[in-house]
Amino acid sequence: MLTNFMAWMDKRLPLTDAWNKHLAQYPAPKNFNFWYFFGSLAMLVLVNQILTGVWLTMSYEPSGDGAFASIEYIMRDVDYGWLLRYMHSTGASAFFIVVYLHMMRGLMYGSYQKPRELLWIFGMLIFLVLMAEAFMGYLLPWGNMSYWGAQVIISLFGLVPIIGDDLTLWIRGDYVISGATLNRFFALHVIAMPLVLVILVFLHILALHEVGSNNPEGIEVKKKKGTIPLEEQSKFEFHKQYTDKYDIVDSVPFHPYYSVKDIMGVAGFLILFCWVMFFAPEGGGYFIEAPNFDPANGLKTPEHIAPVWYFGPFYTILRVVPNASLGAIAMFGSIVALFLVPWFDRGVVKSVKYRSKLHLLNLIQFSICFVVLGALGTLPATPTANLIGQIASLGYFGFFIALWFYSKNEKCKPVPMRISD
Amino acid sequence: MSNVPVNNGRRRFLTAATVVVGGVGVAGVAVPFIGSWNPSARAKAAGAPVEVNVGKIEPGQLIRAEWRGKPVYVVRRTEATLSGLAKHDDQLRDPNSEKAQQPAYATNAYRSIKPEFLVALGVCTHLGCAPTHHGGDFDQFVDGVPNGFFCPCHGSKFDMAGRVFQGVPAPLNLVVPEHSFTSEDTLLIGVGQGEV
Repeated sequence: MLTNFMAWMDKRLPLTDAWNKHLAQYPAPKNFNFWYFFGSLAMLVLVNQILTGVWLTMSYEPSGDGAFASIEYIMRDVDYGWLLRYMHSTGASAFFIVVYLHMMRGLMYGSYQKPRELLWIFGMLIFLVLMAEAFMGYLLPWGNMSYWGAQVIISLFGLVPIIGDDLTLWIRGDYVISGATLNRFFALHVIAMPLVLVILVFLHILALHEVGSNNPEGIEVKKKKGTIPLEEQSKFEFHKQYTDKYDIVDSVPFHPYYSVKDIMGVAGFLILFCWVMFFAPEGGGYFIEAPNFDPANGLKTPEHIAPVWYFGPFYTILRVVPNASLGAIAMFGSIVALFLVPWFDRGVVKSVKYRSKLHLLNLIQFSICFVVLGALGTLPATPTANLIGQIASLGYFGFFIALWFYSKNEKCKPVPMRISD
Repeated sequence: MSNVPVNNGRRRFLTAATVVVGGVGVAGVAVPFIGSWNPSARAKAAGAPVEVNVGKIEPGQLIRAEWRGKPVYVVRRTEATLSGLAKHDDQLRDPNSEKAQQPAYATNAYRSIKPEFLVALGVCTHLGCAPTHHGGDFDQFVDGVPNGFFCPCHGSKFDMAGRVFQGVPAPLNLVVPEHSFTSEDTLLIGVGQGEV
């Protein structure tokens, strides 16, 4: 019965073929470690955000007069409204934690290097859209921090020469941030950005499956056709799209080997996620900030405006530069630099495991600077904090510049031909 | 394919013509989509000028008016404050108000129409926060200057003419909006001097 149904479907839609190509017969290197959980976790969080987001929309009122009250309504009067909202708000922070770790993985194992540059670019575009999505979503509760956070970010567009003021007016749709701004952010947050995000994720995975997964050793598992004796090739059956072009070594089918492994990751992740969601949904004031329990008030700036933690690194780079325009350029530059990592890195050895001590140290200092910048972004701007922030910003940009210089003639360890057992 | 009758020149011309005509169409369709983001007629109407009675402001006192949803600070400055303005010129970015952050009629030492009344947007020129007025205790931020504005967001400092101090993130002096006095005590924010 089921077989007949599948046969009927397969004649009309390549279902089994797609299942095999992308899951049951997709060759994945056999040595994925802890760091390879975060791609599938990011997809899990995306599903969580979309589902809870749709449900929140059912009770949320996108208007300057009604937004704040409708959040209180969701929290107090709608059955399980509090849970759906906390799933969504905790999910937002979890999304960034997972994505930052996913990006760190890419940097460590050189997953952006040839031939995976486009894969990396798609990933960065996802990150960019994710930031826009989070920023617009943060305005929707219409709390005072929502309001002033948006004020600060939209003001950045006012720094554009000549058209700056008109541009901010156009973005806001009013002389100040108002219900008009809220409504358009709502539209972008619930329709436009999620659509773009889902399409980009689709392209990201498609590009991944075209070039194949990298791995902690940075050794390609797709070898030139005809170079590997049959008894040394992977014993599993892979989709002919891969085996026609390559000899596959040291690989296992994604399903069931990594689908089962990823379920382990999901279980661990959900334990942490649920702990935060149930016991600390405000994340100690980092996930939902205290001033956001007051409604938006254009005449009263909160004592200390801090972005949500995940924007911290970029926000710190913005404000430690004494000149506003240069600060904005530095902030955008810090994201552009990430886009260009595949070209800053002129090396051919991928994994940090086989690269120079210098590269390891550079990665470590970059990670420390990133965390320091993130922490400073949530703290008040004191002279000491600014000085530390300036040093950390230099470290951040220094990573890319240093990488460009030393990667050309880097002294790497010899990379084995095969992944050892 | 080689014996398929193809007129490449004609094909190129038709492709180019289609692209051009289609491009014009796309540009035309973009107009309403982009235009709908402009402030609506309702938002524009809400941006009308506001009147403030300044007669009851005590010397040294600041009141906030709301114009186009932005806070407008109106301060009645004391004689001492006014005479103190010139003393810290060397610590300011733009002591002579050369940047166009004020209408021509307020481009003077006090950045105002009447010396005693400062009218300025309470919007930091860095990233739009509202600076806090410190009357009497501003010297904790700048030595020897008793009054001023301090922005709690990123620490920008302004004097009692809304002029920005050096070494802070804000690049420009506070904006003096278009304003005028319709009578001795009536301030009209949003309409410039001589425009009525």
